Amino acid sequence: MNNSFVNSARLLGAGLRALLVLTLVCGVLYPLLVTGVAQAVFHDQANGSEIEKNGKVVGSTLYGQTYDLPKKNPSDPEEAPRPDPKWFQPRPSAAGTNSVNTQYSILLSGASNLAADSKVLLDSVKERRTAYAELNGVKESEVPVDALTASASGIDPHISPENAELQAARVAKANGLDKAQVEKVVKEHTEGRTAGFLGEPRVNVLELNLALEELAKS
Amino acid sequence: MSPVLAGVLQLLALVAALALAYRPLGDYMAAVYSSDKHLRVERWIYRCIGANPSVGMRWPAYLRGVLAFSAVSVLFLYALQRLQGSLPGSLGFVSIDPDQAFNTAASFVSNTNWQSYYGEQAMGHVVQTAGLAVQNFVSAAVGIAVAVALVRGFALPRALGSARAGGTPIRSGELGNFWADLVRGTVRILIPISIVGAIVLVACGAIQNFAGIHEVGTLTGGTQQINGGAVASQEVIKELGTNGGGYFNANSAHPFENPNAFTNLFEIFLILLIPFALTRTFGRMVGSVKQGYAILATMATIWLAFVGLMMWTEFHGSGPALEAAGGAMEGKETRFGIGASSIFAVSTTLTSTGAVDSFHSSFTGFGGGVTMLGMMLGEIAPGGVGSGLYGMLIMAIIAVFIAGLMVGRTPEYLGKKLGTREIKLAACYILVTPALVLVFTALSMALPTPPDSIYNTAQNAVGGSGAHGFSDVLYAFTSGANNNGSAFAGLNADTQWYNTTIGLAMLLGRFVPMVFVLALAGSLAEQKPVPETAGTLRTEKPLFAGLLVGTIIIITGLTYFPALALGPMAEGLSS
Repeated sequence: MNNSFVNSARLLGAGLRALLVLTLVCGVLYPLLVTGVAQAVFHDQANGSEIEKNGKVVGSTLYGQTYDLPKKNPSDPEEAPRPDPKWFQPRPSAAGTNSVNTQYSILLSGASNLAADSKVLLDSVKERRTAYAELNGVKESEVPVDALTASASGIDPHISPENAELQAARVAKANGLDKAQVEKVVKEHTEGRTAGFLGEPRVNVLELNLALEELAKS
Repeated sequence: MSPVLAGVLQLLALVAALALAYRPLGDYMAAVYSSDKHLRVERWIYRCIGANPSVGMRWPAYLRGVLAFSAVSVLFLYALQRLQGSLPGSLGFVSIDPDQAFNTAASFVSNTNWQSYYGEQAMGHVVQTAGLAVQNFVSAAVGIAVAVALVRGFALPRALGSARAGGTPIRSGELGNFWADLVRGTVRILIPISIVGAIVLVACGAIQNFAGIHEVGTLTGGTQQINGGAVASQEVIKELGTNGGGYFNANSAHPFENPNAFTNLFEIFLILLIPFALTRTFGRMVGSVKQGYAILATMATIWLAFVGLMMWTEFHGSGPALEAAGGAMEGKETRFGIGASSIFAVSTTLTSTGAVDSFHSSFTGFGGGVTMLGMMLGEIAPGGVGSGLYGMLIMAIIAVFIAGLMVGRTPEYLGKKLGTREIKLAACYILVTPALVLVFTALSMALPTPPDSIYNTAQNAVGGSGAHGFSDVLYAFTSGANNNGSAFAGLNADTQWYNTTIGLAMLLGRFVPMVFVLALAGSLAEQKPVPETAGTLRTEKPLFAGLLVGTIIIITGLTYFPALALGPMAEGLSS
């Protein structure tokens, strides 16, 4: 009995030492090595692919942003955001700001997790369809699927090319620009599938809006 | 190009990449576990552990090593989370509550990576990097070690030369040295691939820094929080070790974890890389690569069939809300689309990974059912690192046994007789996970309060069907007990009930089967091989692969059909 207790203790001791030394290798040396190489060789990417305008960071090309009108009543957290017609609008987002176990209120990435037969999802798809058609002055039947569904991350930086093209006329009008010019910018920012077959064609909304701003200035 | 064609081309590219890596990696791993040389860094590690890597262990000793290491790991990870509030480098996050800390510790040590916490809102740099990411490495290495021990059981003593561990020839009944297998798997296989993979991910845009969460201005003059963290280094081992626990809540859908369509396919490649290649390692070590091909063919057939089924249902996009939207894009990212998301979803649930680039709860009813069925197969096609191979070999034993019953011969596999003891152990292995899944699901539905966590029900405002609500719970325990870790996140699993029961399901679902696997390995290793005769079942032939696929489907079907009928099938048929 006594002997087996000693043996168990010895074995657990070996396990603990193994864990500690492997923690040093996998949890300290390995991430430091990767961070060192990443920071030296791929500095921009390793730090979030941030994008600057006039020397000021205006976001990350990998993070979606919202482009809403200022709130009518800034102190009302319940007020529904209204999209600003001057900007291209991103996909709907289901990301929240739940504050769980934290002092900060941090953007929580994530999806709606609503089921395909959920009535709430069905209703919001219908609402989004009406709102999109109204905002952009297009037929309800024309609204593309990515404008009706929330993304997986809640910060999807892209929209589909069809979605961008449908928004072009409204954006041009709101900015007092020529529609053809805005459509040209959309075309320039449309990326096809990577290497011709990877993923889906897409438009980066932040990059598109930055180009739009340039266009409006000139 | 149509999205369907693009999806198929991505699948073909993935298959080609896996085929290219199959032989070199499989042979390399066989060499690693058969080598009698120690690297200098390994010798240093063995000195720290205080273990002699050249001592052969019989199965009880090997098992004690696995259990001791894992027990210490659970305690260490639990303590790390409970102390987070007082540790430096924790970004101001407080300590994790006891029930959630237990759940998370069980989850990462059992290679499950079920997450009842929100990554970016709960865990600081220290816990993520020195706690969770470390378990991503070592839990994977433990899985491979157990699989290799079983393979040695088959190989011994016939292939003494190729199954030496740590310099001394293995004596009858010895399975190798656990510490040597653990350290070699980590140092020679997982870390080198991870370093290369992490740098590829960073080059494509995954972040890798130790910055905190910082606010930046946005284009319209507002502000936005951008996260920092050692993400790429954790992301790569999360896929390679079939772990799946995301740095962020959105997991591999988050652009900082999975920035573009190429990294998406690369991450799927990493998930499948080792589980498929281990069949080559198995073939090498038992002295017949053809035996490995038969296992590979079985795994690949099931995987491809599931991918086809998933693409079909997701491109079809049925379900009232999805039909109203005109496609199954809810919970999917624009840059990946439906095709790539379908391949990811199948690959993550047919291995024990559980990482997601799209959210399974919003898939079509049948699509959700496919992800669940993938896990219910026991994650053996190709399965988790190590666990996929040993799970499939257990199924092969059952298939040989059934074939033996048909012709009235004592079954034998790879030259070893499958007697009463072997079949009993294999049967026990198969019973553990379904028992955990079904009992815990039934309890959660029957007890008064656990159903309150269900998000998609007919009664509450969300308005999903009751069938989907049941699927949420069934998925959670299927995912936990099979060590997958993905979720139908329409369930609030951060309650004491779910944290505790899923935590138990994960630990029992990981380590009880390992007991049976190692006992089986020990009993095989003691046997003298029987010579092959004209009556021996040719287990390297396509016929056997077909029999194996059938056995797997029948066993899973008989076990889970009633539960599946109440959940995803009811939902899929009613919509």
